[in-house]
Amino acid sequence: MSYQNPPTPPRKSATFDDYTLAEIRRAAATGIYDIRGGGTKRKVPHFDDLLFLGASISRYPLEGYRERCDTAVTLGTRFARKPIQLKIPITIAGMSFGSLSANAKEALGRGATLSGTSTTTGDGGMTEEERGHSSILVYQYLPSRYGMNPRDLRRADAIEVVVGQGAKPGGGGMLLGQKISDRVAEMRTLPKGIDQRSACRHPDWTGPDDLEIKILELREITDWEKPIYVKVGGARPYYDTALAVKAGADVVVLDGMQGGTAATQDVFIEHVGQPTLACIRPAVRALQDLGMHRKVQLIVSGGIRSGADVAKALALGADAVSIGTAALVAIGDNDPKWEDEYRRLGTTAGAYDDWHEGKDPAGITTQDPDLAARLDPVAAGRRLANYLKVMTLEAQTIARACGHNHVHNLEPEDLCALTIEAAAMAGVPLAGTEWIPGKSGF
Amino acid sequence: MPVFDLAVAPLRDLNAALHAVGAGANDTHFEVVNPRGHHAVAVGADAPVTIAVRGSVGYYCAGMNAEAAITIHGSAGPGVAENMMSGTVVVEGDASQYAGATGRGGLLVIKGNAASRCGISMKGIDIVVHGNIGHMSAFMAQSGNLVVLGDAGEALGDSLYEARLFVRGSVKSLGADCIEKEMRPEHHAILADLLARAGVEGVAPSEFKRYGSARKLYNFNIDNVDAY
Amino acid sequence: MCGIVGLFLKDKSLEPELGRLLSDMLITMTDRGPDSAGIAIYGAEAPGFAKITVQSPDPARDFPGLDARLAAVTGVTVDLAVKDTHAVLTVPEASLDAVRAALVTVAPTVRVMGAGASVEIFKEVGLPRQVVERFGIAAMAGSHGIGHTRMATESAVTTLGAHPFSTGPDQCLVHNGSLSNHNNLRRELKRVGVAFETENDSEVAAAYLTAAMRGGKDLGKALEGALADLDGFFTFVVGTRSGFGVLRDPIACKPAVMAETDRYVAFGSEYRALVNLPGIEEARIWEPEPATVYFWDHAKAA
Repeated sequence: MSYQNPPTPPRKSATFDDYTLAEIRRAAATGIYDIRGGGTKRKVPHFDDLLFLGASISRYPLEGYRERCDTAVTLGTRFARKPIQLKIPITIAGMSFGSLSANAKEALGRGATLSGTSTTTGDGGMTEEERGHSSILVYQYLPSRYGMNPRDLRRADAIEVVVGQGAKPGGGGMLLGQKISDRVAEMRTLPKGIDQRSACRHPDWTGPDDLEIKILELREITDWEKPIYVKVGGARPYYDTALAVKAGADVVVLDGMQGGTAATQDVFIEHVGQPTLACIRPAVRALQDLGMHRKVQLIVSGGIRSGADVAKALALGADAVSIGTAALVAIGDNDPKWEDEYRRLGTTAGAYDDWHEGKDPAGITTQDPDLAARLDPVAAGRRLANYLKVMTLEAQTIARACGHNHVHNLEPEDLCALTIEAAAMAGVPLAGTEWIPGKSGF
Repeated sequence: MPVFDLAVAPLRDLNAALHAVGAGANDTHFEVVNPRGHHAVAVGADAPVTIAVRGSVGYYCAGMNAEAAITIHGSAGPGVAENMMSGTVVVEGDASQYAGATGRGGLLVIKGNAASRCGISMKGIDIVVHGNIGHMSAFMAQSGNLVVLGDAGEALGDSLYEARLFVRGSVKSLGADCIEKEMRPEHHAILADLLARAGVEGVAPSEFKRYGSARKLYNFNIDNVDAY
Repeated sequence: MCGIVGLFLKDKSLEPELGRLLSDMLITMTDRGPDSAGIAIYGAEAPGFAKITVQSPDPARDFPGLDARLAAVTGVTVDLAVKDTHAVLTVPEASLDAVRAALVTVAPTVRVMGAGASVEIFKEVGLPRQVVERFGIAAMAGSHGIGHTRMATESAVTTLGAHPFSTGPDQCLVHNGSLSNHNNLRRELKRVGVAFETENDSEVAAAYLTAAMRGGKDLGKALEGALADLDGFFTFVVGTRSGFGVLRDPIACKPAVMAETDRYVAFGSEYRALVNLPGIEEARIWEPEPATVYFWDHAKAA
């Protein structure tokens, strides 16, 4: 009987895994980088790595049903004559008509209005659907200036100067031609059906010294009524927050790398920017160093999913959070009920991210009238309102358990971290220790 | 005729007065003296008034103008008439960078030179420059007409969409996807009208060359990657 | 991120006015930078002598008797003129290095802001009006000067982080913009022996030019080299003992306005910085072209 070597199974490279190999083949075959929507898909340190320390003997919790725990937040108290009053500390992030259908924009407006919070326009101007159905509407002022006009500027409730977003700090955008429908083309003054290249910098200012003058102009045009937000992608949050404040912002919106986008290069989404968790403390420190914490409000976005995430962001020093992807899911994005159609698109419910292609079975990220008609804006708005209320209730539950009568009274000391990474990024101790990595004495 | 002396009056008073002009108002002529480079002078006007600015202004003068006829008797800083909707803005002197940026309508006339990025991202505005324009002018220009009686700097019309560019003098270089195009009768007509409205005399449309988009960047092709 | 100004006088009769004109220009730019301000003035030279401008965090402790203590160590006569937190030491030209070396031990907390035959540099945290008043800059005469008001981007708001930056004899630079390769460049310059006081990107630009000029280039050639070697956004205004230069990066979106008459050349981040200059109505006014060196030199003109 001859000796046979035991067979070894084939071994694939961890570096060149199946996905990587497929990407190389795809690039070689198509000659174009991967463009997609959504936010980062890789795992990064996140709020899941933080836990709250509930009250017990050393601190006293509040009773859930009768002892108040407020959630209201006022934005724009620094210079604006008409600050914004929100009932809940969760807003809807900017998403454009163009990337979203008119019905989807209406659903967001309905849901936000039912919940007493704001929604935000996007890179494409303001539509009647969203203005009409949003009691509080934030108007984005973007490098492209698609649809920008003084009439809409004046009928907005706040203005958000977008310098960058978490999915692509420093990058412009690319919306491939399929979705530029007649209405989108008209709103953006573009030929129908072409790719849309969007600039990475504003056309008429660069840097904080110019931004200060731009903010002055916007305030003068709107008679100093509207709060002016400045939105930045999470890259250098300390400096960018400080400079937004110096340039005269009322509110800083900070979008971490998990923040979604309508369409951009995958390499940008996955490899540029910092996790949301890592962005908050430096931004808060910048506000504190300038004596502006709680005077200039901080809105954090990028991967917020639950009331726990809300409470954690607030505990780290944010005044409010903003949701985009989660809001789309609430109104029906990537719903398994369309699984057959997702399969036909070569994907599966939960993984669909080709938002720029306009074939969204859920009728949300599309301009196709038949697909868009699938979304009932009233019912979808109700779902969003339910979700926002659940998140708020969850955040209140945590705040009460930590003994706070307002969610803004949550503080970093209410938290501990499960991992060294999260402890270092959030500046809170590793669970069971007093150790905050990077802090002196250790 | 309300007169605002910006040496003593706050900018806010001027712009608030402009925004308060209602239908049928009597005071339809405003005068601004001593602007001395102030920013955001006469921004957001939204009525058919005339505004004379006696001196040079800073950033964003006449920003987002609608309907008003504004004359700057001096030079203008960056972003004059940015995002203008309608009306007329005349700069008697020179204009700094970003003149008429993202403008959607109306007519901007610059009697001197305009610096870089004139007509950047323009979306329907008409701009007539009596002198020269600087580099990167009409970058990503979407629609409208840019008329230059003098010379154009580097990278004219880079990443252009459907704006029309008419240049009488030399062009230092064309930007990505911008090419010279034939002057057809309809272009002569457009140009003749714009020259007349901009107060240009003794210059014929036939003296101009037209530039526009080659439309090669309209749909992504990796072989054009050098242009991205 | 800032406001910058510069004034190069061709007409000697304007020289007594330099400090006043430049102060006024800088104060007009206050909105562009609230963090710190500074001015460099190229004043009268005393043949055979050099000037060192120093700054102290504690002038009451450091400056009284500093001249005598330096004289005792170096054996040369040192003249001391205190201006608030700064002082100008006038020393025999040949002893400039010896006095600088002595400063390190005699007054270790005193920092050198700049040195040379002509230049005096004053800079502090605060608004331009406060800074020019505390140093009495309006009363200063000179042939040319540059000024800066700062909105700090990434480096600290300190006196040392204020502009102008001086990294060589009679050389100084002010910057509006943000460099993107200054860390690599700083490491390279350190390897060839250049010392740095701050983490500021603009100091790297100044040091780069100094190193180039030390290698034999004139300011114009050094600025041409900067176009190849510096990445990012910049408008520089640079002074040397007899020269004045302006350079914008190839993208050139930070603002810059220049004016020239037969009496002066002036630079401002915005036009309003120039409006009080004499004869500005008749001046040739233009915006400097991208990637183009502008350079005036008294020595070459003479």
